[in-house]
Amino acid sequence: MSLKAGRFKYFKEELIENAIRLTALSAIVSIFLIFLFVFKESMPVLYDQVVRQEATVAGFFRGLDWQPVSEYPRYSFWPIILGSLKVTLIAMLFAVPVAVGAALFSAEFAPARLKEVIKPMVEVLAGIPSVVLGFFALIFMATFLQRLFGWHIRLNAVNAGLALGVTIIPPIYSLCEDAISSVPRSFREAALGLGATPWQTALHVVLPAALPGISAAVLLGMGRAIGETMVVLMAAGNAPQFTFDILHSTRTITATIAAELGEVVFGSAHYHTLFFLGLLLFAVTFVINLVSWSLFDRLMAKLYGARN
Amino acid sequence: MSEHSRRKVSDRLGIGMTGLATALILAILLVILGTMVAGGHRVISWEFLSQPPREGMTRGGIFPAIFGMVFSVLIMLIAVLPIGVATAVYLHEYAKPGHWLTKLVRGAVNNLAGVPSIVFGLFGLGFFIQFIGRGLDASLGKEMLFGQPCILWAALTLALLNLPMVIVATEEALRAVPRDERAGALALGATRWQTIRHVVLPQALPGILTGTVLVIARGAGEVAPIMFTGAAYFLPSLPKAPTDQFMTLGYHIFVMTTQSPDIEATVPIAMGATLVLLCLTIALNLVAVVIRSRTRNALRKGR
Repeated sequence: MSLKAGRFKYFKEELIENAIRLTALSAIVSIFLIFLFVFKESMPVLYDQVVRQEATVAGFFRGLDWQPVSEYPRYSFWPIILGSLKVTLIAMLFAVPVAVGAALFSAEFAPARLKEVIKPMVEVLAGIPSVVLGFFALIFMATFLQRLFGWHIRLNAVNAGLALGVTIIPPIYSLCEDAISSVPRSFREAALGLGATPWQTALHVVLPAALPGISAAVLLGMGRAIGETMVVLMAAGNAPQFTFDILHSTRTITATIAAELGEVVFGSAHYHTLFFLGLLLFAVTFVINLVSWSLFDRLMAKLYGARN
Repeated sequence: MSEHSRRKVSDRLGIGMTGLATALILAILLVILGTMVAGGHRVISWEFLSQPPREGMTRGGIFPAIFGMVFSVLIMLIAVLPIGVATAVYLHEYAKPGHWLTKLVRGAVNNLAGVPSIVFGLFGLGFFIQFIGRGLDASLGKEMLFGQPCILWAALTLALLNLPMVIVATEEALRAVPRDERAGALALGATRWQTIRHVVLPQALPGILTGTVLVIARGAGEVAPIMFTGAAYFLPSLPKAPTDQFMTLGYHIFVMTTQSPDIEATVPIAMGATLVLLCLTIALNLVAVVIRSRTRNALRKGR
């Protein structure tokens, strides 16, 4: 090979490597742009005089009314923050025991053949679009539960919370299953060898060892639940009211943005307020995810020693 | 009761409960699928798949929604695949583990995966439509061509949403390619890029395909990110260009079940549409499962 050709080859190699490296920055650029633009569109509530006559950050946390379309618009975040908390809490109470239990079953007790069936089925459940779950909860589940429990209000926080729980069971299950499966076999052998039963081993040895991973999974599920839109938009009844009654219709942060952004006047106080809500949502889920991933890293470090 | 039998009972009880939790998940899945199949299968016909909605969506088919879905998913794939695969190649083949840039890219991918879908919708509206679109219109002297909701912006928003999924799937595929293969190619004098191009990527292809299939399934069903960036309630004609608005199956289901003047008449149609969407997403998911287990078996045999 001549020197010239070698140099060209080297040059081409450099070029490709740099192009790939540049493309890889796209993820960083994306997350930065998302923050920047949601931030930019929400900032007029801080400095724009016209917008601030209607909506200010202090106003968001004063009063208990969310009435954006009225003669004197009110933008209190409390009813919708409470709505998000109620629905998320119900979803977690339902989803966490079910998902963790099923993960424990798959990882510890299920015969290999059964496991081969369970995992793809959970993946199919994960693949069901949330608009389909919303539809199911809106038309069928709500009617069924209303008849069963004699609810006064058909679409309420419990209905939405249960449906939301279904959407977060698959991710919690998958991460938990990973965490439990990655507990080294020697842990189990030691416990069983000391005379513990399989259940005692699972409960007192395997679960505690996998706990950072399970916490990470639970947190990740919580982030998903807070951020889920279609299910709560369709199944919660869409009433932004400040009430602790879980059998009352409610409205979450995500559903508020989804329901109102379509009809809002571009550049109005309402428009910027909805972006501010989005910013809040972004910040909350960002922190939850950060904690979740650091917990998962800690699990791996604990079980296998430091990696990466 | 003796200590031994008490332990036996508590063991049965504990394991039984975890089994019950598993059964509950499977039951939920079957009930949802069963409901949609029972209510939707009668509606589905060739007419239903090939005709537009009529009489305020209380009659007719869902063809424009299928068409729009395919259109938007195609543009999404064109945007997300090259970027996602290149990022994964960087992370697995070029990046030094532990380097600050590698950590930063990984952190960004993880966080991008956790951003709520509605925030992507806000971003699409603020960035693609208001900033890029309006900017393009102003510089091209056009009035409202790019500065409005359309397929292009919706598809790009979906691409961004799915970027982490492509990256993670591709990286997993790259990880499955044995190190010796790379060493062999490099020892024969191939450059790094030649090794990647001719040895690593071809072997990783099934894994990348799995990721692609899953991304199609997810992109087809997402609604929240496209509500403000391109999807329309109803359009009298099919979209002709990426700058047109579009109808899509997921949003169509949402509109039919929440905005209908005559819910009794629309629910069967909505169930038919749901069944079509479910068949598509489930078929794609199963395809992914099959590809994955095949490559896993092949790998096991190869080692």
